[in-house]
Amino acid sequence: MTNYDAIVIGAGHNGLITSSYLAKAGKKVLVVDARSEAGGCASTQAFTNGFHISDCAQWVHQLDDKIVQELSLEMHGLRLGKAKRTIALQASGDHLTLDGDSLSGAEISAADKRAYKAFRSQMRAFGKLMLKLYRTRAPKMVDADWGDRMTLLSLGLGLKMMGRKNMQDMMRLVLINIYDVMNEHFEHDGLKAAVALDAITGTNMGPRSPNTVFTYIHRMVGEALGNRGVSQVMGGMGSLGGALLSSAKTQGVEVRLGEAVTRIIKTHDRVTGVELSSGDVVEATAVVSSADPTTTYRDLLGYRHIEAGQARRVEQYRTRSGTGKLHLALSGLPSFTGVSAEDHSQRLIIAPSMDAMETGLNPIKYRELTSQHVFDISISSIEDPTLAPAGQHVLTALVHYVPYKLKTGWDSDEGAREQLLESLLEQLEAYAPGIRDLIVASEVRVPEDFEASHGMTGGNWHHGELSIDQSLMMRPFPGSTQYTGSVEGLYLCGAGSHPGGSLMGLAGKNAAEEMLKQGVLS
Amino acid sequence: MSAAERKTMLLTTPFHSRVEQNCELNDWGAWQGYTTPNSYFDVELEYFAIRSTAGVLDLSPMNKYRISGPDAEAFLNRLVTRDVSKIGVNRVGYAVWCNDAGELMDDGTIFHLAENDYRLCSYMRADEWLEWNALGFDVTINNESDDIAALAIQGPVSCTILTLIGCEGLNELKPFGIARFDFEGVEMMVSRTGFTGDLGYEVWIDPSKAEALWDQLFGKGRDYLIKPIGSHALHMARIEAGFLQAKVDFVPAEIAVRPGRTRTPLEIGLDWQVDFNKPLFNGRAALLKQKEEGLRYRFVLLDVEGNKPAEHSFILKNGKQIGIVTSAAWCPTVKSNLAFAQVEMPHGAVGDEFVAEIYYQRELQWTRLMAPCKVIDGPLFNPSRKRQTPAPAH
Amino acid sequence: MNKYDAIVIGAGHNGLTNAAYLAKAGLKVAVLERNPHIGGATVSRELYEGWYYSNCSYVSSLLRPEITRDLELPRHGLQVVPFGGGATFMQNGDHFGNYSDYARKYREISRHSKRDANAYERYKADTSRQTRLIRPFLLKTPPDPTSLKLRDLKDLVEFAKPFINMDEEGLLDTIKFWTTSVGDYLNEYFETDVIKAQHAGSGIIGTALGVYSPGTAYVLLHHYMGDVDGNVGAWGFARGGMGAIANALSKSLQSFGGEIICDANVDRIIVKGGRTKGVSLKNGDEYFADIVVSNLDPKRTLLDITDERDLPKDVVQKAKNFKIRGSSGKLNIALDGLPMFDGLDPKNPLMAGDLHFSDSLERMERAYDDWKAGTWSKDPYLDMMIPSLTDPTMAPPGKHMMSVFVQYAPPKVEGREWTDEDKDGFEKSVIDQISKYSPNFRDLILHCETRTPREIEAEVGLTEGNIFQGELTFDQLLFNRPFPGYAQYRMPIKGMYMCSSGTHPGGGVMAAPGANAAREILCDLKRPNTVPGSYADD
Repeated sequence: MTNYDAIVIGAGHNGLITSSYLAKAGKKVLVVDARSEAGGCASTQAFTNGFHISDCAQWVHQLDDKIVQELSLEMHGLRLGKAKRTIALQASGDHLTLDGDSLSGAEISAADKRAYKAFRSQMRAFGKLMLKLYRTRAPKMVDADWGDRMTLLSLGLGLKMMGRKNMQDMMRLVLINIYDVMNEHFEHDGLKAAVALDAITGTNMGPRSPNTVFTYIHRMVGEALGNRGVSQVMGGMGSLGGALLSSAKTQGVEVRLGEAVTRIIKTHDRVTGVELSSGDVVEATAVVSSADPTTTYRDLLGYRHIEAGQARRVEQYRTRSGTGKLHLALSGLPSFTGVSAEDHSQRLIIAPSMDAMETGLNPIKYRELTSQHVFDISISSIEDPTLAPAGQHVLTALVHYVPYKLKTGWDSDEGAREQLLESLLEQLEAYAPGIRDLIVASEVRVPEDFEASHGMTGGNWHHGELSIDQSLMMRPFPGSTQYTGSVEGLYLCGAGSHPGGSLMGLAGKNAAEEMLKQGVLS
Repeated sequence: MSAAERKTMLLTTPFHSRVEQNCELNDWGAWQGYTTPNSYFDVELEYFAIRSTAGVLDLSPMNKYRISGPDAEAFLNRLVTRDVSKIGVNRVGYAVWCNDAGELMDDGTIFHLAENDYRLCSYMRADEWLEWNALGFDVTINNESDDIAALAIQGPVSCTILTLIGCEGLNELKPFGIARFDFEGVEMMVSRTGFTGDLGYEVWIDPSKAEALWDQLFGKGRDYLIKPIGSHALHMARIEAGFLQAKVDFVPAEIAVRPGRTRTPLEIGLDWQVDFNKPLFNGRAALLKQKEEGLRYRFVLLDVEGNKPAEHSFILKNGKQIGIVTSAAWCPTVKSNLAFAQVEMPHGAVGDEFVAEIYYQRELQWTRLMAPCKVIDGPLFNPSRKRQTPAPAH
Repeated sequence: MNKYDAIVIGAGHNGLTNAAYLAKAGLKVAVLERNPHIGGATVSRELYEGWYYSNCSYVSSLLRPEITRDLELPRHGLQVVPFGGGATFMQNGDHFGNYSDYARKYREISRHSKRDANAYERYKADTSRQTRLIRPFLLKTPPDPTSLKLRDLKDLVEFAKPFINMDEEGLLDTIKFWTTSVGDYLNEYFETDVIKAQHAGSGIIGTALGVYSPGTAYVLLHHYMGDVDGNVGAWGFARGGMGAIANALSKSLQSFGGEIICDANVDRIIVKGGRTKGVSLKNGDEYFADIVVSNLDPKRTLLDITDERDLPKDVVQKAKNFKIRGSSGKLNIALDGLPMFDGLDPKNPLMAGDLHFSDSLERMERAYDDWKAGTWSKDPYLDMMIPSLTDPTMAPPGKHMMSVFVQYAPPKVEGREWTDEDKDGFEKSVIDQISKYSPNFRDLILHCETRTPREIEAEVGLTEGNIFQGELTFDQLLFNRPFPGYAQYRMPIKGMYMCSSGTHPGGGVMAAPGANAAREILCDLKRPNTVPGSYADD
């Protein structure tokens, strides 16, 4: 007796998107999430009296416009803020502004301006090509069926259409590091670092790590999807979750929040349902997990229910992260030196140079604290005053590099968190003197915390490192690709499946489309 | 030489002092990092000891893994293709295991020692694979290869001799059964198992008692013509008995380098080992798929005309090569020329006739022999004493 | 009189190989060498009386056996003797012995971890699968994937075939191998630090990457794909030092009537009407030929000895962007006797192999962090050998010659040129490390030649002292080496070619670039090919 066509584990953006598309096609869908709010990483949290913060993701920069349209998210209350400029803070106070293809400030040379335009235009072309691959399941190459062959053909054709020069560049660039490419194109250290930051966000890599051009192109897909730089979500990131929830409900999706899936139930040789924290057992034709692959296989299904080689694949799947967060409730608007009052609402980044980033990365390889961090700052209460009491502000910052685990442990007697907070504030103060005096409340969140609060193994924002060998047709790992889990009846729709995370929604959408195409629910 | 360097030499087994004394030919080989005799005094006579009196093989280098804990049975059931729950306590079962692709990795025996307590004996080392397999199971795996000394005593008088050294009532032990006896104050485990296809036993004991065990066996067994046997004699017996050997009759999956060289159990005559009723075991999905889509190869036993062993021969059908021989020997007891071969499907049904292209050398001259051969239904050597309980006296 | 059919610039092993094949095809060939001696980075030099230093490259495995045999190098005096493995000394006084005898190595791994010994079987199979893929392409010109020429398409299909012959998982595993870091790759097999460290060395030697840099697993392959007498992965010494290779090649070249002119420092490639016409030397001499082959690295070839005005702009840019990164240095030491190491019998064959002192990935990565920061490693990764234990011609009886390859050493120290004090500091960090494990080492030193990237560049002309003449990252491999569009040895100027390690298949004393370039030149001249094809792997 099957109750549902599909049970979706996790009401994060991908889980909700999968649900909505399945429900739209007339399927009976249940979504379950341990958290009491929908949205997963797109969440807003009450911080301290009257302050609200986006406690996990803070920017939207890759959300697929098509999904926004098809799920009528605006009708369901999604309001994105204005596209933001990136202001790369320089120690000299002579800052650099990146706005789309144009650069200004910081004595930037005409050559750099030209080069930046050309660089962006080429990366956009690569992003566009990549989007072909992102909008569908990643094709198998040996066991390719007709659909896969068509994708490969269209990709090959797209590659040819770019012209010989672009094709040659792509062959060279796709596995190279952003460090070299920056040095090839630009003179200004701050500019190089500002671009490199986009390549390393959410990874545990430094600009010198080969592979970081690939991650940058991944980010550029955001522009091909209709995003112009980063923007904030009005009402906090949780509003995106709210809109997705509302849309899903309208499609007839049943949603159970505050109830965890404790295990995926396998009957004989196929997955037949889930058990909830309440003890309820719910059955369905398919179980679709938007949890990361490690959580799905190791914790929910259990290694004993899959073949050992597959268990080995899961164990070897890399989920390291180097991204933490700083949250500050401020009694007034901080003043970053050299930034106009109005510009404080933009995206402020602190990344002095690529070498400084690389130095910042080193200690985390040995699970130690670094003293040189990279900041990606949002003072969201300026554009959206509802997030803080009148005249007061919230500042959130993505902070690199913060190790997942410390050799000594995050909660040891050494006071590692306090040490980290102190170090971050000290660095921040160099750019925003007096900010310390404004602090009403503060919090640092380390990767381990995100693992605990948002269920992401390793605290990895992409549900698994976005390296070539864990991307595209290899995502998350062989034996579990194309959204099909390694046990019959199990499907994956989270950021751990192609094309990965960053609030894109494509993994969720592709998964639903793939399941419908294969007719697994009928 | 430092202690560390010494450990990289070929190691010796707990029986080494006795083995060395008896190894009259001084013909040594290496087995799992241990120095072991290829033959002791005469391969032919050693072989006949197995078939007409009793042959003793030092089994100590065999890989032995202790698997215990509440999930031991579940763990093994996911590991191997057969249903382990059918191996009762104090029973032994033959088993094979595959990787996820259904490719054969190794074969071995599972000893069900007690509730939730098993020993797995394997031809290949399996430490790493067992460790990966243990993920998600409440089970402890301990490589006890060096902690247990073992001898195989095989042949028609094996039971009699073992009874003489204190294994009272051993004749009542059924094939694949386990019994325990006291030997000089320590436990001696005896299983009615072996690699010769004959009546025979394997004896498992603490290494400190190894030499005493050997002395007792050869003392009490002298009148029954007990003989030590080396790996060459065992090789003849195992072919006669139709037993496969990893690295000889199939390439273990995880060390295969060239594409297409691995085989599934279905392709190597081990389909009887695969229990698809089990909901999960490594390789199940792939094997089901192969069963549906068809096999590439078939394992066959061939009775080859003439008396030239068909080692390394090509198998031809109408002049075209359709297979290769992996093991072959003239089998002295059944007086027949046996070969194990892998042939391409759809060839290889019982009764199919092929030609074996045999090359052999006599006084520097190579001769090519086209020997007709025929697929037979099972090993020719299959004596009733192997199965009888109580075991016959001689 | 100064008129030739072809001029090859640089008498390194690739230049000599290239010239030998051109001469064999009947061309009148001259090789011009800047130094008074030939060999480039494959030399043996007596820098201390009675001791011969292979003072650049020091071991051989990748030298293509097809070339060795075809050019009759053994007849011309080359003898390559394999050595017996190597060892990593550990901080706890133990060591890991990397015995070349498989069974012995297996037991040695078992001594550290039975599980890892078992995993090593899987590791060996998996890496062998990869070497089998790459080996057939070493003596081939890489196809151009952007080209629609019939030959390129045909070659591309041939290149793709073994990949397609794998199953889906095998292919994905291959992509993983080619893109992942050696550290991550080894973590998938081993649990023991010293075993990982021992195997990771081959993933970083010669590159400016750390063990955790993606792409270093491929570098591992680069060190595994050679062979000595068919033993894939084995390494050996050239008897008499690496100069024996250059000497044998030069004799082979001369047997075909080729000429070698030393002390001939090329200043410019002469180009007229879009065609090469010859070269002019720094001393004003000129040599003329319609074919000019450069065995210098791509940067020197295109940026130093070619007039920028003769080149398309994009090629100049590509040459500028070509990554040659100095990452290593070397110490060559004359020893009064054999250094002793705790726990290792001096008779142990490991002593004659490659010895290391980095017993964890973390120590190796920290050594790389120093390089990133622009200094030499304070706790460097060493690849140390005592060739005189294998080859008695390298040092007087009872004495020994030690070769210490050191990683990492930056091309510049914190942005400035190396100074003599820097060099002393670098030397000290190496000597100190070895002394920690060998109590009598320091007292045995009679002479030490310390080579930082500065010295290597000055003497051999390897830009930044990079031993591979260009990083071995995927953006500079196969059809990307040295850069896309120019991987088939032809330069944009008619008659100009490159044959250095900066071209496919890269460095490591393979002689394959030289041979491959010769094949292309002969093809353009419509002459019969003299270059042998690959032996098929079984």
